[in-house]
Amino acid sequence: MGGLFNYWFVIVLMMLGFYIVMVSPNLVKKIMGLNIFQTSAFLLYISVGKISGGTAPILTDTTMPYSNPLPHVLILTAIVVGVATTALGLALVVRIHSSFGSINEDELLDDEDTYRDFEDPLDPALEEPTDR
Amino acid sequence: MEFFVNAFLLALLAATTIAIVRMRRLIATTMLFGIFSLLMAAVFVVLDAVDVAFTEASVGAGISTILMLATLAICGAKQESVPRKQLPAIIVVVVTGAVLLWGVSGLPDVGDPTAPATTHVYKRYVEESGTEIGVPNIVTSVLASYRGYDTLGEVAVIFTAGLGIICLIGAGTGQQRRRRNGNDSGDDV
Amino acid sequence: MEHHPVVRVAAKILIPPILLFALYVQFHGDFGPGGGFQAGVIFGAAIILYGLVFGLKATQSVIPPQVASILTAVGVLLYAGVGVWSVMLGGNFLDYNALDSHDPVHGQHVGILIIELGVGITVAAVMIVLFYGFAGYLRDHD
Repeated sequence: MGGLFNYWFVIVLMMLGFYIVMVSPNLVKKIMGLNIFQTSAFLLYISVGKISGGTAPILTDTTMPYSNPLPHVLILTAIVVGVATTALGLALVVRIHSSFGSINEDELLDDEDTYRDFEDPLDPALEEPTDR
Repeated sequence: MEFFVNAFLLALLAATTIAIVRMRRLIATTMLFGIFSLLMAAVFVVLDAVDVAFTEASVGAGISTILMLATLAICGAKQESVPRKQLPAIIVVVVTGAVLLWGVSGLPDVGDPTAPATTHVYKRYVEESGTEIGVPNIVTSVLASYRGYDTLGEVAVIFTAGLGIICLIGAGTGQQRRRRNGNDSGDDV
Repeated sequence: MEHHPVVRVAAKILIPPILLFALYVQFHGDFGPGGGFQAGVIFGAAIILYGLVFGLKATQSVIPPQVASILTAVGVLLYAGVGVWSVMLGGNFLDYNALDSHDPVHGQHVGILIIELGVGITVAAVMIVLFYGFAGYLRDHD
């Protein structure tokens, strides 16, 4: 199957996903980048389970070797868990949009409203007694 | 032959991912993400992981894409603004990628039948599951029987994620709307 | 999309085979590719397709959101219940050999069938809840 070829592609895809997460200001696209990162990790595992000349791990009468079923099991469940957690992230994006009116990270960081409900623990004004 | 199909699909995957990086229109990006998932499912078929390909095709190209489109519809976002701070990100990505490349250079070749991954539990699963479990699909017998605890945990995680969604945005029962109209002060939105 | 006749007719033709295919994948997962995870997602996708074409209200009259929320827990309980059942029959937790004292392989078949059903119910219900959550939010905040 051509040496480490698959692993190199896994790294390229993973780094592109990582780049999207770091650079894109849009929260939905960030989640998309995380998904690309995650899917390339899945490809890494499946590549580990491949056996040259093998077949899918379903028992038949032929004498071909079977590819390793263990990575398949781990990744199969990880994909469905991945979509559930992605949906949770998207729900958080929706809540951020309803609270702050934007899903652009730069706008959120610049906007004073983002911080209005949070008290800075290092703020000296908070040191004073508040019971008046 | 298998190698060329694999290489071709991986090249298409890389091209799609680069298009996702460069695309600024979010709807188009989401569609490209669906294509990415479908291509990844095809790669999984080439690598003999039919169960995984099945899941990836239905989850990645189906459910994820719909959820992202729904989020974009709720937030009304069409266009992504121009990203800044590109140079530090490129440096981080290149350095991390180089370290990972150095790391995978020690792995056994893809498809090597003597790799450590195929010398331990693999033999037990392939040789014994037919008589111990009596189910032809080894993936099912490992998933449901040998690693039953693991799968129970995964199902619990999915349940918890569903619970989190209900807490965050409701279950679509309209209770949030009723509550909002009930106090009609309009202070929270 | 309720006013596009092509989409409506195509959806009406496609949804029953998709549901049937989900059940096939669910119960044939022992012999071919498939199982609870895939079947749950396909079942959920069929319901989501119905929701996209015919609207949220029509979908929620088929599967009320309260029912979908409860079903997410039912699947996990069914799965864990098999574990408790095997403990009560004298085996370890999730040891399906104990489910049939005469034929352990038959016990394995029964155990796998039930826990795959539990997985399928939870996954399908969570997918439907996700769709209801997002679509309901869109309806309530426009």
